[in-house]
Amino acid sequence: MPLTISVNGAPHTVDADEETPLLYVLRNDLKLKGARFGCGVAQCGACMVIIDGKAVPSCDIPVSAVVGKAITTIEGIGGGDRLHPLQKAFIDEQAAQCGYCISGIIMTATALLDTKPRPSDGEIREALARNLCRCGTHQRILRAIRRVAEGG
Amino acid sequence: MSPADKPIPRKLPGSLEGNRTLDRWLRINRDGTVTIFPGKVEIGQGILTALVQIVAEELDVAIERIRIAPADTSYSPDEGMTSGSRSIQEGGMALRYAAAEARDLLLARAAAKLGVSLEQFVISDGEITARSGGRTTYWELSSEQLLQREATAEVAPKPAAQHVFVGTSVPRRDIPAKVTGVPSYVHDMELPGMLHGRVARPPSRRAQLAALDEAEVRALPGVTALVRDGNFLGVIAEREEQAIRAQRRLARSARWDETATLPDSTDPRYLLGMKSEDEVISEKSAAAAMARAAQTLEAEYTRPLIAHASIGPSCAVATFEDGRYTVWTHSQGIFPLRGDLAKVLGVAEGNIVVIHVEGAGCYGHNGADDAALDAALLARAVPGRPVRLQWMREDEFEWEPYGSAMVIRLSAALDATGHIVSWTHDLWSHGHSTRPGPKDGANLLAAWHLAQPVKAPRPGNPGLPGGGSHRNAIPLYDFPSQRVTNHLVREAPLRTSALRSLGAHANVFAIESFMDELAHAAGADPVEFRLQHLKDARARAVIEAVARKAGWRSRERGDGMRGRGIGFARYKNLGCYVAVIVEIEAENEVRVKHAFAAVDAGQVINPDGIINQIEGGIIQTVSWTLKEQMNFDRERVLTRTWEDYPILTFAEAPVVEVVLLNRPAEPALGAGEGAQGPTGAAIANAVHNALGARMRDMPLTRDRLIAALAR
Repeated sequence: MPLTISVNGAPHTVDADEETPLLYVLRNDLKLKGARFGCGVAQCGACMVIIDGKAVPSCDIPVSAVVGKAITTIEGIGGGDRLHPLQKAFIDEQAAQCGYCISGIIMTATALLDTKPRPSDGEIREALARNLCRCGTHQRILRAIRRVAEGG
Repeated sequence: MSPADKPIPRKLPGSLEGNRTLDRWLRINRDGTVTIFPGKVEIGQGILTALVQIVAEELDVAIERIRIAPADTSYSPDEGMTSGSRSIQEGGMALRYAAAEARDLLLARAAAKLGVSLEQFVISDGEITARSGGRTTYWELSSEQLLQREATAEVAPKPAAQHVFVGTSVPRRDIPAKVTGVPSYVHDMELPGMLHGRVARPPSRRAQLAALDEAEVRALPGVTALVRDGNFLGVIAEREEQAIRAQRRLARSARWDETATLPDSTDPRYLLGMKSEDEVISEKSAAAAMARAAQTLEAEYTRPLIAHASIGPSCAVATFEDGRYTVWTHSQGIFPLRGDLAKVLGVAEGNIVVIHVEGAGCYGHNGADDAALDAALLARAVPGRPVRLQWMREDEFEWEPYGSAMVIRLSAALDATGHIVSWTHDLWSHGHSTRPGPKDGANLLAAWHLAQPVKAPRPGNPGLPGGGSHRNAIPLYDFPSQRVTNHLVREAPLRTSALRSLGAHANVFAIESFMDELAHAAGADPVEFRLQHLKDARARAVIEAVARKAGWRSRERGDGMRGRGIGFARYKNLGCYVAVIVEIEAENEVRVKHAFAAVDAGQVINPDGIINQIEGGIIQTVSWTLKEQMNFDRERVLTRTWEDYPILTFAEAPVVEVVLLNRPAEPALGAGEGAQGPTGAAIANAVHNALGARMRDMPLTRDRLIAALAR
């Protein structure tokens, strides 16, 4: 059954079962590959997107549940010559190793800074409680987020 | 000419030896670019940026001019595996010499064209200017034939003092795409007509499929094929979520006969009850020194089975058309994988093209190769349609090859002055390499499940000097007497293979913990005690450097909650030198708050690249050492989700500071695995420093801390 969802400010009609997790609609119907599959049960954060201002794992939320809501993906916050300050900070800090977790982390951080532009170190770490990084890039990621939080 | 008269080919540096034609490595393009063809692959470690720096340096061209061809069995040099922290030594050195020779050939052409001698050139970004006037460029001079020749390695690379790019922190070129959501991984591939596949694995090792209602799975929406071949069950569907649903249904409806094949305890000491192949790998004896023994210490250390646990489950894309396969994979070795695929698929290697595409973090032999075979087996069922196959999280935890469990027993004697006069090290472990590419059989998971299986070969264990289970088992310290024995338990109830640093994590954990125990018994400071037993100047330098960086104070005691500890190793006893000091807090559980490292990896190509690897290595090892262990019962692996296998979180990650000791005149050494051993031991030593309790079994959990305090 066709469903219409709003992604990065534009409406998209997709023909998917309404139980389909949002992640597969984003990746396979809309070809937005930035949100990535990690666990399928909202434990790792690799698939994080922003829905109505909140960071939400897209792997276990049915597409029918996001109709009428504003969905933002990593592709929607910036790219190319128009980088989001967080994206620029992650490049400046070289805050990636394999990078598979990074778009999810940037989405979590974006939602955090949108609601709380000057979070403490503890608040940043707390916000990232649902994001895992296996390469051990934590310090660089925290530095990149702090850099934006401090307006640097 | 008889064969005996044939000149023996000169031994060439690094991977040039096995891939001797210059244009296998690089091409100078007439459009002002250079294409390099590394056989080593990006696995999240930043290697491609370092290789670009090396080539730009030798050619005197801007970094931006260099293009990187993806590793592909149809044209890339065969560099075996990207593993063992050897990519700079092997691939980097091949490219360095090939580029130096290419530059030399271009200058010879320039000299002929401009009618001047070689000494008269100034080269800047590929532009060649003669002092006497006249100019040309690499791009004008190059031709197809230029590099169609065997490398000689007779053109000396630039001296380090002239380096412009090498030794600088050139930003990684893959990061902008990765922070903006641009497709970067094999997981993100999209081919016309692509289908989605999943495999429903058996519930346990040696389980036999007893019954399956195929019809109900085939009837599910979107399902285009069901592949049933012995105990291998796969499904292909139009949409990804349909494939997942069909996989779940397969798992629910298939009935399996299971066998209890696993040890009755997850305690690594199960190894001690198994048959082992015992080999003394180092022995020296000095009767006079041993006669001075005044006190003897013994201790036993263990590490459980642990997982690579990449954030992105393994993935591959494959097509089968006209008898030929193309497979896109995040394997660490496209050529060995192609060999194993050919055996299992029953086709010649020439009918398979394997192409590397990046995956999520690798850390050793994970499910990448297995997923490649899965994808090929599914693609065979739908000729002409590409199939994208990804493992689910539970597939990865249940079926990836693990880092082996290990048990290490040490004993040593001190003389009356507190010097070690004898040392013995006995280690029990499974093998640490079951990678693709064995002579007999195939090291691919699905191969063993097919109706006509290709059997698993005898598990391997890399030999010395690098070693596998015995990696870093021979102490670098100078002891007058020592004996090191490797008890290799070849039969592994659960598949084990290379996980970052192989046996070095547990061997160094044991050696460096024991050095602290001995220092304590001798009443010595741990840093001074190590230096007393160590002649190697570079080893001493990293220990001294990290002590300075951390502000180490001799004989400093912890305060009952906080403490500091040190660990040191030279990776493989022939790679980089790393010393680590950590600061911990132990209230209810052990938390690493701060880590310092000093690293000597010889000539540094990209300082920030090494620092990133060491930071990551330390943080990952903190996670291994404090938290990680695979769980199983007699039949099944019980670890399926991140809840079952917690890893270090952002709230728990320590601050890490790294000092690099650059040695531009020394060979460049890899650093990706140098921090693992020292970090694990430094944590246990810091716990002892803080609380006086010695923890010898990894992971250093809350329950074990309480038990250690009660002893």
